[in-house]
Amino acid sequence: MSDPTPQQMHSTFNPRVVAFMCNWCSYTASDLAGTARIKYSPYARIVRVMCSGRVDPTLVLKAFALGADGVMIAGCHPGDCHYVEQNYKTIRSVTMLRFFLEKMGIDKDRLRLVWASAAEGQYLAESIDQFVADVRQMGPLNWSANWEEAERPTDDWEELARDTACVEVPV
Amino acid sequence: MNDEKKGKLALYWAASCGGCEIAVLAINEKILEVSAAFDIVFWPVAIDAKVHDVQQMKDGEIDVCLFNGSIRTSEQEYMANLLRKKSKVLVAFGSCAMEGCIPGLANVNDRRSIFRTVYHDTPSTENPDHVEPRPVTRVPEGELHLPVFYDTVRTLCQTVPVDYYLPGCPPEAERIWDAITAIVSGRLPPPGSVLGADTTVCQECKRVRQEKKIKRFYRTWEIVPDEETCLLEQGILCCGIATRAGCGAKCPQVNSPCIGCYGPNEGVHDYGAKLMAALASMIDSDDPEEIDRIIREGIPDPVGSFYRFSLAGSLLRRGRLPHREDGESRPVGAEVSPAQA
Repeated sequence: MSDPTPQQMHSTFNPRVVAFMCNWCSYTASDLAGTARIKYSPYARIVRVMCSGRVDPTLVLKAFALGADGVMIAGCHPGDCHYVEQNYKTIRSVTMLRFFLEKMGIDKDRLRLVWASAAEGQYLAESIDQFVADVRQMGPLNWSANWEEAERPTDDWEELARDTACVEVPV
Repeated sequence: MNDEKKGKLALYWAASCGGCEIAVLAINEKILEVSAAFDIVFWPVAIDAKVHDVQQMKDGEIDVCLFNGSIRTSEQEYMANLLRKKSKVLVAFGSCAMEGCIPGLANVNDRRSIFRTVYHDTPSTENPDHVEPRPVTRVPEGELHLPVFYDTVRTLCQTVPVDYYLPGCPPEAERIWDAITAIVSGRLPPPGSVLGADTTVCQECKRVRQEKKIKRFYRTWEIVPDEETCLLEQGILCCGIATRAGCGAKCPQVNSPCIGCYGPNEGVHDYGAKLMAALASMIDSDDPEEIDRIIREGIPDPVGSFYRFSLAGSLLRRGRLPHREDGESRPVGAEVSPAQA
């Protein structure tokens, strides 16, 4: 792993980053980084997909809902897609997702799109490090905490039942 | 039919508009067949049975409970638990119970901001004593109780286990009848299934579809649509492409785009995500800046456009709660006064 930045040294928070990488370019680039012994942050969990265009918005939202602090999508450079033009669809869905996340109160920079060709192992490793550092700075997302209720009446439903029962008006 | 052999049917409403209750009656005279097959033991909108009566029942005594409405208060949560316990088959009836529907859109706000608007900020409100509903109020005669109003609207299945789902806002009479006959005959799919179609609204829509390339989105008041061509191809955000069939494509037939009340199609977890995926392949631009402009200008409210009926049931369920202190910027809906922060 590269030298920790001052931010990293002052923080014990290790972000959970899910990185979707296309089979033909970016995953190969991460492979190249591995064989070239280029070190990069271990906090990015890499998921290999056949194409960045295959990363359905469902997968991104599910990652956030299940506890990811950041999601990275990496694919071939525009024009180089193995499936001709699918990475243009990635641009569009990521643009829409980032706009949506912004409106939901999630920093849109928690979703990042990176282009890395099969030869760009060094660049990909740097991009991962940079993204992990940026997410670390943003802090934990911990999305499911938003679902918890601050105030609940009681977990004792029998007690509530007694309350309801006394509402009966005597005839 | 011998009364001994009649089943017991309950209908209940939680956070809903009452449209589902009316939808039940839209089956017209067939309601007589329902009453031939079932004794209606609990239906607050129509018959005089009390919660107390349900509490007295044995567990599983009710054969079928059609539950409409989402879960917004502790009282509704209690009723969901009670009816789950007393019912053999619990059906999430309609979009609210299934995926949150319009009440679920309030999930971009929280209790505090909703109370602020409703009890203080609306122009017609006069509330000099700043009265707000409280769970417990002490008066000389004793304590008064009100249900707790939750921050987050939940769907029925996020609250208790649900056996079947009947989508729609409200479900169409024919689909309700299909579901009732399936229940009466016992020919039901495995528990957890949606009682409905497994295609999309586009399948039922008679408009002519060709290649979809969208240069800009029009809001419905900005354009007079052609009556033959697919609305989406004309740039109107028609959600039929991601929405379960079952309605007969009524809205597109009268030049109005589908807004997605029948919810996600079979096997889809997150309605809005699928809609985004579909639109991503239609926007006719490869330039990131232009794409961003097309989306921001054409779909100014992505939460309301993509999740009009399904925010509470979506993967993220709600917008960020403003008072969670973890350094993230304020969310959504975020026209909130600084005083609230």
